[in-house]
Amino acid sequence: MSASGDLIEGDAPYIDPVRAAALHRRSLRSSVVATVSTVVFLIAVGFATVNAPGWASVRYWFFNGSAFRASVGSVASAFLLNVKIFLVAEVFILVLSLVVALIRVSTAPVLMPLRFVATVFTDVFRGTPTLLVVYLLGFGMPALQIKGLPNDPVIWGTIALVLSYTAYVAEVFRAGIRSIHPSQRAAARSLGLNVSQTMRFVVLPQAVRRIAPPLLNDFVSLQKDTALVSVLGPIEALRAAEIYSASKFNYTAIVVAALLFIAVTIPLARFTDWLSDRQERRDRGTAR
Amino acid sequence: MTALLHVNGVHKAFGTNPVLRGLEVSLEPHEVVALIGSSGSGKSTLLRCVNGLESIDAGKIMLGDVEVSALDADLDVVRRRVGIVFQAYNLFPHMSVLANVTLAPIRVLRHSRKQAEGAALELLARLGLAEKARQYPDQLSGGQQQRVAIARALAMQPELLLLDEVTSALDPELVGEVLDVIRDLKAGGMTILMATHEMAFAREVADRVCFLDRGRVLESGPPGEIFENPAEPRTREFLDRFLSG
Amino acid sequence: MRRLTLVPVVALLAAGLAACSAGNVGAAPSSASSASAAPSDCTPAAMQTYTSGMLTIGTDTPAYPPYFENNDPTNGQGLESALAYAVADKLGFAKAAVKWTVVPFNSSYAPGPKKFDFDINQISITPDRAKVVDFSEGYYTVNQAVVTLKTSKIANATSLAELQSAKLGAQVGTTSLSFITDYVKPGAQPYVYNDTNDAKKALATGQIDGIVVDLPTAYYITAAEIDNSKIVGQFPAQEGPTSEQFGMLFAKGSPLVKCIDWALASLKSAGTLKTIQDQWLAGADAPYFKQ
Ligand SMILES: Nc1ncnc2c1ncn2[C@@H]1O[C@H](COP(=O)(O)OP(=O)(O)O)[C@@H](O)[C@H]1O
Ligand SMILES: [Mg+2]
Repeated sequence: MSASGDLIEGDAPYIDPVRAAALHRRSLRSSVVATVSTVVFLIAVGFATVNAPGWASVRYWFFNGSAFRASVGSVASAFLLNVKIFLVAEVFILVLSLVVALIRVSTAPVLMPLRFVATVFTDVFRGTPTLLVVYLLGFGMPALQIKGLPNDPVIWGTIALVLSYTAYVAEVFRAGIRSIHPSQRAAARSLGLNVSQTMRFVVLPQAVRRIAPPLLNDFVSLQKDTALVSVLGPIEALRAAEIYSASKFNYTAIVVAALLFIAVTIPLARFTDWLSDRQERRDRGTAR
Repeated sequence: MTALLHVNGVHKAFGTNPVLRGLEVSLEPHEVVALIGSSGSGKSTLLRCVNGLESIDAGKIMLGDVEVSALDADLDVVRRRVGIVFQAYNLFPHMSVLANVTLAPIRVLRHSRKQAEGAALELLARLGLAEKARQYPDQLSGGQQQRVAIARALAMQPELLLLDEVTSALDPELVGEVLDVIRDLKAGGMTILMATHEMAFAREVADRVCFLDRGRVLESGPPGEIFENPAEPRTREFLDRFLSG
Repeated sequence: MRRLTLVPVVALLAAGLAACSAGNVGAAPSSASSASAAPSDCTPAAMQTYTSGMLTIGTDTPAYPPYFENNDPTNGQGLESALAYAVADKLGFAKAAVKWTVVPFNSSYAPGPKKFDFDINQISITPDRAKVVDFSEGYYTVNQAVVTLKTSKIANATSLAELQSAKLGAQVGTTSLSFITDYVKPGAQPYVYNDTNDAKKALATGQIDGIVVDLPTAYYITAAEIDNSKIVGQFPAQEGPTSEQFGMLFAKGSPLVKCIDWALASLKSAGTLKTIQDQWLAGADAPYFKQ
């Protein structure tokens, strides 16, 4: 049996050293230009802002050093609640949305009633503003006075976020699953894999890769929406900031809260970019 | 009846388009049968029906004494016995070559990973892909990918191998390496039903050639007979067009 | 309700971070104004109001009883509506020359020019707030009170100590909230709501044991809003962090402050202020908590 077609295998790659050096210089030049232009841009924006006629007042209201120091502690510790809600909600959202998506793409006749429920579920919760879901569950469920039902607003707020985001993320999953070409399914079935094995080993892994960027996008958004739980009473970062601002009549605490949200969002955003870049490179079929 | 595969009066339509119209074909064990015919004549559809990827409208498909076409047939079991290789390879892009080949043995046949990988590496070596085991499909040439697809089907040790124009998507200089593999399979006694446009190759390896025309086997016989002295004018027409084009 | 109105903050972040360390203080609070004889520049013609010849007054929506009635500031009913019209009248503004505008609490102290002459919205006068806005003299000395359900475990509390294990709620931005954190100091964090309606809902569904509101609001809630509720008790103002007064809120340095103060002083000495308070806050009473 021949193994032709691997003609250059075994040979070390040869790159002209002069050409390599020139390429290196060029990439160095590109990064220098990028860095310098970024710095110049930031300085220009900063300079324009600082020299705006109202800057002194804006600095007092939004970037007040003493208010910053005074509020950062209470806002940061309240932010732990946001993080906690986010982490718990995210796990449930991933699991439930996958279940909903799998039900919706299923074809088995016995699952018809479940498919109907799943469709209604996504329609309702995707169409309802998250804040309303938070209100409805947070104040409505405890009002039912059912024994054994939790009363804690954090729990209900988290459940509301889970329901709302599950509806979104389920649709993302479903789109991902549907984007996998039927030939992949045919190949798996032809090897004797059953429907669920085909889904688990062939379709889902590819779908998840494809939807990772939009999925992370939804999670960045979830991170911010944890603030909605505050309408039910618990003090999270934005509420803590609001309390501080209202008692001192100064908005700096809100900037503090914004910075905290940004601080956790940026790593997620860069990770999303990295995933999309990798996906694109892969789709173009170059390096992996 | 000793036939391994017996396709008996099969009809299949897509909507209002009848694609298979009372098609008959059968294969003895170790027989290699080539399906030729113009594009759209129903070659791929036939192969997909044999392996249960499409359902049929009428007729019977028997694999040994199991009726593949029965409404209550366990297709997962049928597919374990019948391997198929597609024109477009259809490898799993998120898996390494080795994982592509071992997926079904591990998940379907419940082989241990060790056992499956050992067998897979042996198979890959036989197909000249030993060094590619850890690579991913998009790092391979078309010919290499198609050989991996064949290895993936062979890993299930099928009784019958279906090949659907496995060289059509390849650059001409890569066709040879895939045909070499098929030659070896025939030498090893594999039963093969293959749709192909490689007439010279069909002539060389096939025990029998079937000319498909509009969903029927219009003519079938030993390659020498079909290629040199076809009984049907439409077969002649097809071959003339093919050999001149 | 008191939702945040965020000015584009992010664009300013880079520059602002550096500025934070610099530390800056706005204008110092203006000297207290006094209520002497009617100043000649306190007439509709002389006063530099937002719309000349008119008095533009801000308040939040919904406007709650007993400070407003039927969520309608223009009907002259409720303590603050009645008082606003009395002040306007004193200064010579006809009823038709008074215009109300919606000012969410959070934007009442926003920097930049104000869209009202003064804001009247149960805003407590505090030194921190007085650094960035001006207040009129207080028009009502407010006590904080605890409202609960009759079935609650704190329904019969008589001392501060008995509130220690309670979950208490209040509206964001209110001194009621500061009162919980700075004075009652219960074991659990307070629950904070966008508005009193949400706090009442949480109380009614048993998510919290009690809400802290000013006494007139407490009285109104128990009398007219939540069937099964009662005032557990009130805290005397002087025992709180500061003696707490409601005042009207002005832009920092507003020349109108002294006119309003003059009008308030006149209403006070004529007994009109007392009459208005008695009319709208009648019956607002409750036992005092023991230390
Ligand atoms: N999934 C399908 N849906 C509808 N029509 C199809 C489908 N698959 C094949 N066909 C049609 O069936 C006919 C035969 O196709 P095919 O079996 O692929 O022919 P061949 O492989 O001989 O070129 C063609 O007309 C094709 O358009
Ligand atoms: Mg075909």
